[in-house]
Amino acid sequence: MIRADGRTLALVALVLAVAACLPLTGSAYWLSLGISIAMYTVLTTSWALFSGPTHYISLATAAFFGVGSYTTGIGIEYLPYWALPPIAGVLGAVMAALVGLATLRLSGVYFVIFTLGLAELVRQVIIWFQNISGQKGIYVLTKITEAQIFWQLLGLAALVYAAGWAIGRSRLGFALRIIGDDEEVARHSGINTARAKVALFMVSGAAAAVVGAVLAPRFVYIEPSTAFTPMLSFQVVIMALLGGTGRLWGPLVGVIPFTFLWEAISASFPNQTTLLLGVSFLVIVYLLPRGFVGLIEGTRRRMRAREAFA
Amino acid sequence: MKRRTLLNTTVALTLSAALAGPALAQETLKIGAVGPKTGPLAGGAAVTHWPNIELWSTEVNERGGIDVDGTKYMVEIIEYDDQTNPSETISAVTRLATQDEADFILAPYSTGLNLAAAPIFDRFGYPQVTSTASTDRVGELSDQFPNLFFLLGQNSEIVGDAVEILTELREAGDIGNRVAMVNVADAFGIELAASAKPIFEEAGFELVYETSYPLGTPDLSPVMKSAKDSEPDAFVAWSYPPDTFGLTEQAVIEELDVGVFYTAVATAFPAYKQRFGAAAEGVMGIGGVNAESESFQDYAARHMEVTGQAPDYWASGMMYASLQILEQAITGAGTIDRDTVTQYIKDNSFDTVMGTIEFDENNNNPAYWTVGQWQGDAFRGVASTGREGAVDPILKDGWE
Amino acid sequence: MDILITGLFLGGTYALIAMGLNLQYGIARIMNLANGEMIVVGGFSAFWLYSSAQVSPLLTVFLVAPVAFLLNWLIYWIMLRPLVKRAKSRGQLEVDAILATFGLAFVSVGIMLAVFGGDYFSYSYLARPIRLLGDTYALNRATAFLAAVLICAAIYLWLNYSRPGMSIRAIAVSPESARLVGIDVPKLAALTFALGGAVTATGGALISMFFTLDASTGVIFTLKALVIVIMGGVGDVRGTIVAALLLGVLETFVAAVIDPGLTLAAAYLLFIVILLFRPQGLFGRRGT
Repeated sequence: MIRADGRTLALVALVLAVAACLPLTGSAYWLSLGISIAMYTVLTTSWALFSGPTHYISLATAAFFGVGSYTTGIGIEYLPYWALPPIAGVLGAVMAALVGLATLRLSGVYFVIFTLGLAELVRQVIIWFQNISGQKGIYVLTKITEAQIFWQLLGLAALVYAAGWAIGRSRLGFALRIIGDDEEVARHSGINTARAKVALFMVSGAAAAVVGAVLAPRFVYIEPSTAFTPMLSFQVVIMALLGGTGRLWGPLVGVIPFTFLWEAISASFPNQTTLLLGVSFLVIVYLLPRGFVGLIEGTRRRMRAREAFA
Repeated sequence: MKRRTLLNTTVALTLSAALAGPALAQETLKIGAVGPKTGPLAGGAAVTHWPNIELWSTEVNERGGIDVDGTKYMVEIIEYDDQTNPSETISAVTRLATQDEADFILAPYSTGLNLAAAPIFDRFGYPQVTSTASTDRVGELSDQFPNLFFLLGQNSEIVGDAVEILTELREAGDIGNRVAMVNVADAFGIELAASAKPIFEEAGFELVYETSYPLGTPDLSPVMKSAKDSEPDAFVAWSYPPDTFGLTEQAVIEELDVGVFYTAVATAFPAYKQRFGAAAEGVMGIGGVNAESESFQDYAARHMEVTGQAPDYWASGMMYASLQILEQAITGAGTIDRDTVTQYIKDNSFDTVMGTIEFDENNNNPAYWTVGQWQGDAFRGVASTGREGAVDPILKDGWE
Repeated sequence: MDILITGLFLGGTYALIAMGLNLQYGIARIMNLANGEMIVVGGFSAFWLYSSAQVSPLLTVFLVAPVAFLLNWLIYWIMLRPLVKRAKSRGQLEVDAILATFGLAFVSVGIMLAVFGGDYFSYSYLARPIRLLGDTYALNRATAFLAAVLICAAIYLWLNYSRPGMSIRAIAVSPESARLVGIDVPKLAALTFALGGAVTATGGALISMFFTLDASTGVIFTLKALVIVIMGGVGDVRGTIVAALLLGVLETFVAAVIDPGLTLAAAYLLFIVILLFRPQGLFGRRGT
């Protein structure tokens, strides 16, 4: 077991190291794809840390992301850039703690739509404040390059994986798995389900806020309608579910093919982009009911079965 | 209507393909175009952005291409839908620069999407002549992105001129000094309202009602009722397309009695006139054109003929002008070397459908229409920062 | 009084937006994220018939409703029934339905874009003032409110007093037991899904009288409908109506008395507060 862990760790470190070399190739095109992949990897993996074991689908990603964007957008006037992503992370975690505490009694679809309503509430309140404060537009003019943004996202991804790995081995991870199987059982066996859920939700909220803060310089101009776009929350859910949330690496195997598919469709069918994206969602849902993880594990099992017979 | 557009395009394309023929080996310029075809800004881009690209490329190819030092280059447009998502705009512009190796890339649509793409344009040295971006930080932005040009004007001027028109009307004794001001709580609306407040107060106007409303507010009647109760002499809304329509409809229903009724974005859309008919008479908004100028009339007629729809009276003309500037700069520089073309844009003046355009030291077009008004069948410019052909503003007289 | 009436009119609009989704989710168990696109389809039909042939939107609904019914019936049998069959649990079906209808929403936007372009479509119909109790209101909103009352009443009566209606309510309470007493669950689920789609498209045709729509606006309505359905409680028609009216009145009150900038914030706050005190929504049952 320990040896297997060591091997996994070495493998992950190697993959990250290789990925970190991407900007050195000098290809702006691959770098921009790399940023998409890194961004969605952080968002989906941290989302799945919470939603995977608990089966609670959160649509609040956009709220955390938007708060992160605004942290950089407003903070850049007063503070050096490097201070801002950590602040965004703390804000995201605090917000997630409040949301987590508020949602303890909700389950199923009520939780899903609650988080959606909450994300919209946060957006409305922030826009309202921006409006009455008399601020004229939020600009983030920095010298930060695409490569630097990519490295920050990659570092964040490493952190999220480390956190996921640590949680999986801790009492917390164990508690969460039981909650996911049966919340009643978990409660009866003396697990503080509330604390476990809130703790995990904070991790995913903080990660999304940091992503928003890191990406703000890329957009130069922060608009409420794009910083808080509800589409982002849906995309994260879709990608994570397509990958599979049962494994730590599940979302990643959703994000990578999905980013390439998205890119291929956007590049080849500019007039039917939306239509074909929809069609590919449908194809995936019907042909890959258990996500890419299901596909990979299914293949592996078949291969093993064949070996056994051989 | 849309189907006819498609048909026209097909016919035009077939024709131009047939005319070009296989006999003449043609040089081609690859021109990249990015903009929203879906998402929140798709409606605006369908009026202002895409039809002009279609019109310009059709015309250029019909007349045999762009002249570059004696060689004719046909244009091939490579379009991408950015889904109104700045990440997608960045990806699409990067893709155009690196994968498609586009010779030139047209500026994207809207302030936010243009600024998101600016670092990429800058990095690959493409001139970015924006026609739908409006900001008050022209100086800072052109320092950081020396290839970035602004045609549409600055927020402070747009707001300042609107206040000036009101001041003139007040001094002529046509309206009092009570102003109701509302704004949509999104980027552009917030910026305009924030600029407007001090200017109104400085000009001695009393803001008797002042509020914002969220983007996508389903019912604006409480806003209009409160505005009406404050008994304003002028109503000013820094609004976006859906609420520009919504506010006007509520004003008609409430029979709001003001001397000036101003709504911002989309007032200049032909759809506004179509929807409100005679009630649109006297409504003011951002933009305007010199409707009497031959070049604009000619442009509007060609726009109608090729795309099957009329241009709007604000950014459409500027969008087309940005394409003319690019074309004239390529021909004038006599090369497709982008640095030379960019320098040419900075150093020269251009003859466009909106009149002569010359950029200042901040790459900003200093002469543009700021306030327009529906008078008769056109949205005519009533104020500008140095354009010819302004008409006198008229008072809003009821909604019949 | 003025606020109350304006608010009720807005609430009626919300009921039109959300009622169809409640039927689809509450009974057919499909969380339909393409709900807003069906509204836009209805709205576009009304716009197109009005601007090309001067057909009143109030007549268009009689065309839109049966077509949408058929369309949604086909969608259910072709796309969604296989998901229902293969789902091992309620949760599995929920996830599959979210994914599939999200895809469907994209496909619908793509088709609408191809058919009628990305332009705004807006027209003016019954945009005239009427006077009620000394205040002025928009005639088109009042008309939509009346239509909402008729539609909601018809659905309520049908569900409570007709045989298929009662069977449908039995399914909402317990699909398993409904099967045991001989109710053809798949057929009635398809019927309800189709009915929900027809109601949604009808709502779309009606609200297009005063909303400016374009091919991409569907998602805004989907969000609103989701919030209303959940706030009212899944599977209960009364819940949706009460939630819709509550939101309408609250938004109007906040806009008129406090600050229009906070209308949507107040609406979401109300939603959140209600869920905090009644996690199953206003009229929801525990454990569904």
